[in-house]
Amino acid sequence: MIAEIGQYALILALVLSLLQVALPGWGALKGDPVLMGTAGPIAFALFAFIAFSFGALVQLYLASDFTVLNVVENSHSQMPLIYKITSTWGNHEGSMLLWVLVLGLFGALVALFGTNLPDRLKALVLAVQGSIATAFLAFVIFTSNPFLRLVPPPGEGRDLNPILQDPGLAIHPPLLYLGYVGLSVSFSFAVAALIEGRIDAAWARWTRPWTLAAWVFLTLGIAMGSYWAYYELGWGGWWFWDPVENASLMPWLAATALLHSAVVMEKRDALKVWTVLLAILAFSLSLVGTFLVRSGVLTSVHAFATDPARGVFILGILTFFIAGSLALFALRASELRQGGIFAPVSREGALVFNNLFLTAATFSVLVGTLYPLALEAATGAKITVGPPYFNLVFGGLMLPLVFAMPFGPLLAWKRGDLLGVAQRLMLAAGLAVVAAVVIAAAADGSSVFAPVGIALACFVIIGALTDLAERAGLGKVSAKVSLRRLAGVPRSGYGTAIAHMGVGLCLLGIVCEASWSTETIASIRVGDSLKVGTRTLTLERMENRTGPNFRARVAVFAIREGAVAKGTLEASRRTFAARQMGTTEAGIRTYGLSQLYVSVAEETADGHVSVRASYKPRVLLIWLGAVVMAIGGALSLTDRRLRVGAPKPAARRPAKPEPRPVPAE
Amino acid sequence: MTRKGRRLVMIGAGVGVLGLAAALILSALTDTIVFFRTPTEIAEQHMAPGTRLRIGGLVETGSVAKAGTLTTFAVTDGNAAVKVAYSGILPDLFREGQGVVAEGALQADGTFKADSVLAKHDERYMPREVADALKAQGVWKEGDPAPGTTPARAPGS
Repeated sequence: MIAEIGQYALILALVLSLLQVALPGWGALKGDPVLMGTAGPIAFALFAFIAFSFGALVQLYLASDFTVLNVVENSHSQMPLIYKITSTWGNHEGSMLLWVLVLGLFGALVALFGTNLPDRLKALVLAVQGSIATAFLAFVIFTSNPFLRLVPPPGEGRDLNPILQDPGLAIHPPLLYLGYVGLSVSFSFAVAALIEGRIDAAWARWTRPWTLAAWVFLTLGIAMGSYWAYYELGWGGWWFWDPVENASLMPWLAATALLHSAVVMEKRDALKVWTVLLAILAFSLSLVGTFLVRSGVLTSVHAFATDPARGVFILGILTFFIAGSLALFALRASELRQGGIFAPVSREGALVFNNLFLTAATFSVLVGTLYPLALEAATGAKITVGPPYFNLVFGGLMLPLVFAMPFGPLLAWKRGDLLGVAQRLMLAAGLAVVAAVVIAAAADGSSVFAPVGIALACFVIIGALTDLAERAGLGKVSAKVSLRRLAGVPRSGYGTAIAHMGVGLCLLGIVCEASWSTETIASIRVGDSLKVGTRTLTLERMENRTGPNFRARVAVFAIREGAVAKGTLEASRRTFAARQMGTTEAGIRTYGLSQLYVSVAEETADGHVSVRASYKPRVLLIWLGAVVMAIGGALSLTDRRLRVGAPKPAARRPAKPEPRPVPAE
Repeated sequence: MTRKGRRLVMIGAGVGVLGLAAALILSALTDTIVFFRTPTEIAEQHMAPGTRLRIGGLVETGSVAKAGTLTTFAVTDGNAAVKVAYSGILPDLFREGQGVVAEGALQADGTFKADSVLAKHDERYMPREVADALKAQGVWKEGDPAPGTTPARAPGS
């Protein structure tokens, strides 16, 4: 029964989504306030029906209802409760339903918080949002129905892919989808504005919180995915430049560019056309990502099933939305009036610089990801574009961007004083150079990567602090005045500084991990030891253990530093009976920001175990930096100037002058 | 600076950055791409040792030998086989008779020294390159159960 009810709810949701396109869309065309007013209630109802359907699927998984094919293929009655819930989206059909659920959620949120939007814009935004929902609901219903029954039902399910039996599955996909799909809101705003043919600073103010929220989730989702891959796959790598990772990185880069260009549009009424284009591109890249991951053109842990019909369907959706929105853009962009002129050296100029490099980087990732597919389609040659390409090109394009990062927030709007800014960054630059010299001296000068990377990271972190210190007038005015000024800095100002610091921290982690990790691979028996860095690991014993639906062979190591015992560490291999498949559970011990990472292979007949042990200094900074970035974004989101629904003070001009004094020229 | 002048600066900067990106991309692509070869192709075309390649096929049954951390095995597509040597920990799904992709370089003696070995993430699917290589040799057809996998158990078992 539940499966059928879930399916009906989904079909009703499809009908509702069609109504959400037709009624408000027609109303906006005819200027009919009643029809336009239907957008909100329909959006709520649409979300309710999708949520109901999703709830039905979760219930089927909780009950281990093996009359449903999807549950049979991805669940097992002995799985722990949390994995019974998470396996709902640990498969193609369920994860597409989650995708649609998040889409419905964002539609409802726009209806809820968009009370201060003009009626027509709101109706159009929700109509566009509805059209995306229509496309993906149709995709789920016609090609990826999770509610199909299986006759006769088997007594037991085939279990969830063991790699996915991890708390990461509870966090990573929902966060990532909140980011991916959240970008649909800025897309809908862009398309609505193009249909209206009117776009102004207010549009940027309405759109930015949505982009910012999506960006925060996307940042966390990518970081979580990276950490999960790091500890679960047993290789100790944190980024593989896998096409699926690139699929999430590209929308992130575009969204980052969009955040920055929207600032220019909001404050200075400039870069309108570009901002609208970026909003379209960011979500288009989300769709490209969905296509790459879900169509089966790639082989990866994320490509749950390869069914050509699905690929063609998503390709159709992709073409419709990307080509449609770009055609609309081509038709209407010339009508958007440009305002606000600025000198190349200015805050605006710096943000343009940011946008140029971010889009170029996005493009380079896109080329690297699609080139093998295009080449194979054209010539049949199978190639791989791997880390060497991405490290070189992406790294090369990030270098100038990261270097310029501290300059941006210090430059004045309209016309900046580069020399003045450089003087104010002297301290940051000086400390960065000191760091570089110290590291180069300690590392016998063989590599330039570590000193340059660390110096750059220090420059960014101290540069971000300099921005706050400058705003407070630290050292120029009394401490009391400084504190008062610091309290007066808008939250978005703190947000910028913290997010930029996050980039610096992340870079610091990347450089430390890449430069100073030590790794030892050895084949040892019980009683043998191996050295990794300053520590010695001794294989104490091998044990058998049983989990709820797996058996584990655990290697217990004693850690010693010199002669001092420092506890134990367990690394294991699990075998899941239902799928006859094993996973490696790396043993990880955290020392401050550094980690000791040990994975083991299967034992040979004579009792030898291959052990890979590495010490990764400051590796946690990579993900911590991403979390700090997200905190910066979230803080920015709470800025009262951006707060959705906050009454707009009538007396104040929309573009508030910056609280920081403009340097004398 | 006039409005036009400013616009020119912006366009110049844009073209400059895009040019830089294009140059980086093109030079990196020519230097860093790695071609995929099947064991049959390696046997037929005499390739220069040292070229970085990806090879794929099935791990030949009975070919896996371990000595310390060094594992040697043969990768076959049903027609030809290549000897592979790999030092390190093999992925969870590495097994005889299963699909595998290895990246590395051919040595002068004809063995393939791999620095990374990928097996499938999931027992139900083949790496795509491997599936294509096997299809080319007529060993496996679309729709067949992937070689080496245990067939899905009958419902109710």
